[in-house]
Order: sequence, then structure tokens, then C-alpha cells
Amino acid sequence: MPQMNMVQAINDALRLEMRRNDKVVILGEDVGKVGGVFRVTAGLYDEFGEDRVIDTPLSEGGIIGAAIGMALYGLVPIPEIQFADFIFPAYDQIVSELAKFRYRSGGEYVSKLVIRTPMGGGIRGGHYHSQSPESQFIHVAGLKVVCPTNPYDAKGLLLASIRDPDPVLFFEPKRIYRAAKGEVPEGDYTVPLSQASVVRPGKHLTVISWGAMIYEALDAANQAAAKGIEAEVIDLRTLWPIDIDTIVESVKKTGRVVVVHEAPKSCGLGGEIIAMINEKCFTHLEAPPVRVTGFDTPFPYTLELEYLPLAHRILPAIVETAAY
Amino acid sequence: MAAKKGSATKGSAPPQLATKPSDPIAPPVALPPEGTDAAHLMQLYRRMQTIRRVEEECARGYAQGKIGGFLHLYIGQESVGVGAIAALGPDDYAVTTYRDHGIAIAKGIPAREVVAELFGKVTGCSKGLGGSMHLFDVPRGMLGGYGIVGGHVPLAVGTAFASKYRGDGRVTLCFFGDGAVSIGAFHEAMSLAALWKLPCVFLCENNGYSMGTPLHRTLSVEDISLKAIGYGMARDRFFARDVLEVEARVRAAIDRARETSEPTLIEIRTYRFRGHSMSDPGKYRTPEEIEAQKKLDPLSRAREQLGLSGRSEEDLAKLDAEIEDEVMDAVRFADESPEPGPELLAPTTYAGEFAR
Repeated sequence: MPQMNMVQAINDALRLEMRRNDKVVILGEDVGKVGGVFRVTAGLYDEFGEDRVIDTPLSEGGIIGAAIGMALYGLVPIPEIQFADFIFPAYDQIVSELAKFRYRSGGEYVSKLVIRTPMGGGIRGGHYHSQSPESQFIHVAGLKVVCPTNPYDAKGLLLASIRDPDPVLFFEPKRIYRAAKGEVPEGDYTVPLSQASVVRPGKHLTVISWGAMIYEALDAANQAAAKGIEAEVIDLRTLWPIDIDTIVESVKKTGRVVVVHEAPKSCGLGGEIIAMINEKCFTHLEAPPVRVTGFDTPFPYTLELEYLPLAHRILPAIVETAAY
Repeated sequence: MAAKKGSATKGSAPPQLATKPSDPIAPPVALPPEGTDAAHLMQLYRRMQTIRRVEEECARGYAQGKIGGFLHLYIGQESVGVGAIAALGPDDYAVTTYRDHGIAIAKGIPAREVVAELFGKVTGCSKGLGGSMHLFDVPRGMLGGYGIVGGHVPLAVGTAFASKYRGDGRVTLCFFGDGAVSIGAFHEAMSLAALWKLPCVFLCENNGYSMGTPLHRTLSVEDISLKAIGYGMARDRFFARDVLEVEARVRAAIDRARETSEPTLIEIRTYRFRGHSMSDPGKYRTPEEIEAQKKLDPLSRAREQLGLSGRSEEDLAKLDAEIEDEVMDAVRFADESPEPGPELLAPTTYAGEFAR
């Protein structure tokens, strides 16, 4: 099997689906001739032409609004928002229009599209190129939210997202765009949505994370193992609708939970996960669930490695929760 | 009158769509004959050259890993920021995009504070928490570089409204690129500024590329100044090749804003010699195109004009040496300054006790 990084795997999925389905079109800023700011769409313009790989002006509301219209007319658009931080001019389109089409048409129409966008910190982008806004979309009923952590999942989840009947926000953790490498099968396969993955089995404690922080969680879990603590690490893969069953099964076994995410702590997905654990398996808990997250501040330029919940911050949380 | 040859409005009369009886196109401004104010041109050249050298040192700092993330250089566009801000008063506001280092220096932020901010040091103008795209200095009227394209344009409407409301006579000068013209926020801002007759000058630094995509592939009408007609706003359009022409023509718009509280849309055709950012190899432009543009470098032109107006090569070399000292001092200062600590995060987020 070929080795790929995340960028190559996502590119492979896009190419495969565009060959397979001529209704699939890509649109966004610099996605065509330039091949995208992170080169994720490189080569697609040459293969599929300007009618299917469409360079747009800087116009996020227009890009998403137009993509919604294309989807209502039977196309399968895959708009790219250059950075997740730039998605907010399109927030009205996503929240007021995209998320509600199925509902407002009594279940008959859906605006089926996948919005791809790089998210998260790790490249010293400061406050407009580093944010993780996933919970702001999870809170909007009608959207699915996906975030892969490795090339295999990236390709399989993207293909599943494109073929899923609902609109999907596909967040790509840019910190590991090229750093995360692995074997990716040639040809077609999917990774089902809403299925989390236990990436490290353990019996003492459950660590739940997603995106680039999964590698930090694994690092911390490996360090904790040296202290005799066996942490189970769950990669959510699909953030919403969440695979709560895998989480509950793990927590019933371990009784202890640490949730790790880059986004600010307050009203982050971590809080929702812990609330669900409380509702579903409170009596199995042996320690208060803990969140290790970004701070409730804008994303800083210089203090990036302080802000991100890296292994050195996760490890003490694991040790303290295990000892509680 | 050599500078007038570069006027892009020549031969491109607008459609007859003016909503006012008077022609909303700003009349061409006559330049003072070359050499009449060499001391002033010397100042403008000094600022342009300082920006050029700061940017070159920033490119070096980026390659050395002292600057992280993104770095958008102003090299090639210096005459726009320097000329336009020379027409502003010290109390007037400037607000701009992520390509903000040149505007910051032109607005009076010392090179030391700019370089320190880029190096992520606590002595930077935003304490090292903002970095390259987010330079900010309220006392000097620099209301920020903004990393969201077009997002800052409505802010300029707000500051101009406040100036009018308070009657303080201040003008807001809002820079943005050709890419921002496609953003909805641009239209809303133009609409409000014209409706409320605000003392605001919208200055489009049209460098021909929305990152890697050329203008003709992002805009249906390449004359951006024509957008003004739809709002009943005065407009102007010219090349950035002569810093004195930039100053004079922007001054006409600033005077209009200050005296009659009317906004203007100015499109200045310029060119960046480097990529969109340091990570952009710029393959969408040919070397021939870039070389042709470099021959029109407004910085070289200003230096030539100084020579023609009687400044000796010795004088200019002395000035260049002073600038060199200032820039290298700024780099040293930034190198030697400490990084901010996490204790800065809380008080820079909320006024009261930190939530977490």
C-alpha cells in the first residue's frame, strides 16, 4: 500500500470521487490553478478543468451560499474554506440555510455538501489562523462534523462524508497535514461516520480526543504507562453525531475520564461529552471527569505551545485522575 | 508632471452613472515640480527605505525561524502606505490588512516595536501576542492589521462615524487589497459610509493578485474604483509609481473627508515583488513580469528624483547608512527582548478575573 500524508490522502479521495461522480465540484479561494493554500487540491484543476475545480473570489458567504444552491440543484459541491477561522462570514449561510433545508422541507430536500477546512493551531498562525470552532457547528442541529487524525481515516471519512445524505463540515487538522503519515489503500473504501476508534487500549482511565491532539494524548498515555497507568485513548473521528456508545463502554470499564481538545474550555465539546457521560454512566465514575483544553482566550501567537493541550499538560491530568 | 503619465484613469472614462450632478471622479492633482520640496521627499524616501530594509530583515528572520506562522511582505508597495499616510494628520486613523508592517512603520510605530512583535517578543507593539498580521497601536492611530480579509472595512465606518459624531475632525484611512473587494463586508461598509457621509477614505491597494489568483479571474470588472459609482461616492484611480503623486491624490480625498465629510474610494495599482506570503513560491507569475515591475520600483524612482533635485549621492548614502543602523538596531532589540509569559493571557482577554 502507498504511504501518504494527510494532504495526499485527502487529495486522493477528492480525485477518486470526482472521477466516480461527475456531479462533484470543488470551489474555493485558490483551489484551482494554485492547488489550494496547503496544496490539498493540487492537480485536480488540470485533470477536471475549470468547470469542476472553481477558483472563487474571496467571498466565503458567497462560496457557501452558491454551494448550497448547487447542491439543491443536484450537484455535490465540496467548497473549501481556506482556514476554519475564515468561515464566519459564511456562518449565516451555514446556520440559517444549510443546516435547515431538510427540516424546512419536511424532510424532502437536503442541501448535500461537504465543507472542507483546515483547523487548529501548531503553525504559529496567531488568532486568525489557528482556531478550532467545531463546537460552534455542533451546536447547530442539522450539521455533521468530522475531524480525521491520520491519512487512512482522512480518505475514508472524506469519501463517507461526500456520500452521506447530510451536510458535513470536514475539519482538517493542519498541524499534522504533512506530519501524519501512513499506509492508504488505493481505490475506494470508506470509514463509517459516527464510529469512534480506540487507538490505544487501556483499563485505568479513558482519554478522549480528536484532531492533532490525539498524538499528544497518545504520547501522554505512553508516558503514563511507564508509571503503571494504562490509559485507553479514543479518537472520536466523527465529532457529531458522536459515538457515545464507545465512550460509555470505555468509561464503564475505567471509571475515569480525561477529555483533551484545542478549543477553549468553556462550552467546548469536552463539556458536552462529560455531561453525556454523567447522564449515561454516572454511577460508574470513580473520579471527577477532567478537561485539558485551550484557554478561554484568543489563540496567541507567541504562547502557542502554552495554549495547546500538549502531552506535558495531559500527563499530570492523567496521573491525578488515576490517583483520585 | 512625469508622474501623471502613470495615471490609470487616462482613457478610461466611467459610464455615465453618477448619482450626483457633479462628476464624482476626483480631478487629477497637479504635482509640485520635481525638486521643489526635496526635504519632504527625503523624508518619504527614508520611510520607504526603512520599510524595505525592515521587510528584508523580516524575510531573513523568517528563514532563521525567528518569525513563525505567516509573513506577508510589503516590498514593492511601500509608496502606497508611505505616500497615503504622509497625507494623514497624526491624530487620524489608519486601519489595514494582514500586510501591515509598512503601514505600521509609516504610521509611526518604531521599527523596534514592529520587529519585536514579529519575533513574538513582549516589547512588540502588541506584546508579542499578535505577531505579523496584527500590529496595533492606539496612541499612534494605528487601529490594526487584520488577518480576516475584508473584515476590517466596516470597522473603518465605525471609527469614521465616531469622529463625525464627536466632531473631532479625524479622518479614517482604510487600506485593503483587491481580494477584499469581493467580500460582502466591503459592500456593506461602502454603502454605510456613503449613506452617512462619513469622513473615511477607502484605499484599495490593488497588487493584481488575490493571493495566487490574478484579478481578472476574481473580478468581472477590473476597474475597482467603478464600485464607488453605485454608492454615489467619489473615486480616484492611479498607479503607485510616484510617492508624491500618491500623497497628493490621497490628500485630495482626505481633504474631502475632513472638509465636507464625504468618503472616497481610491484604487491604487501597485505590485508586490515577493510572494503573497513567505510560503508562496509565486509560480503564478512569470519572472519576466516581476522583473518588468521591479524596473518601475517606486523606491528607486524616489531615490532618482532626489538625485535630480540636487541631493548628492554622498547625502543619500549617508541617509541609507542611518536607516541601516536603525533597522539593525531594531533586529538586535527584538533578538534581545524577552518573550511574553502566560501571565499575559488573562489580563489581555478580560478586564476582570480570568475565567480559567
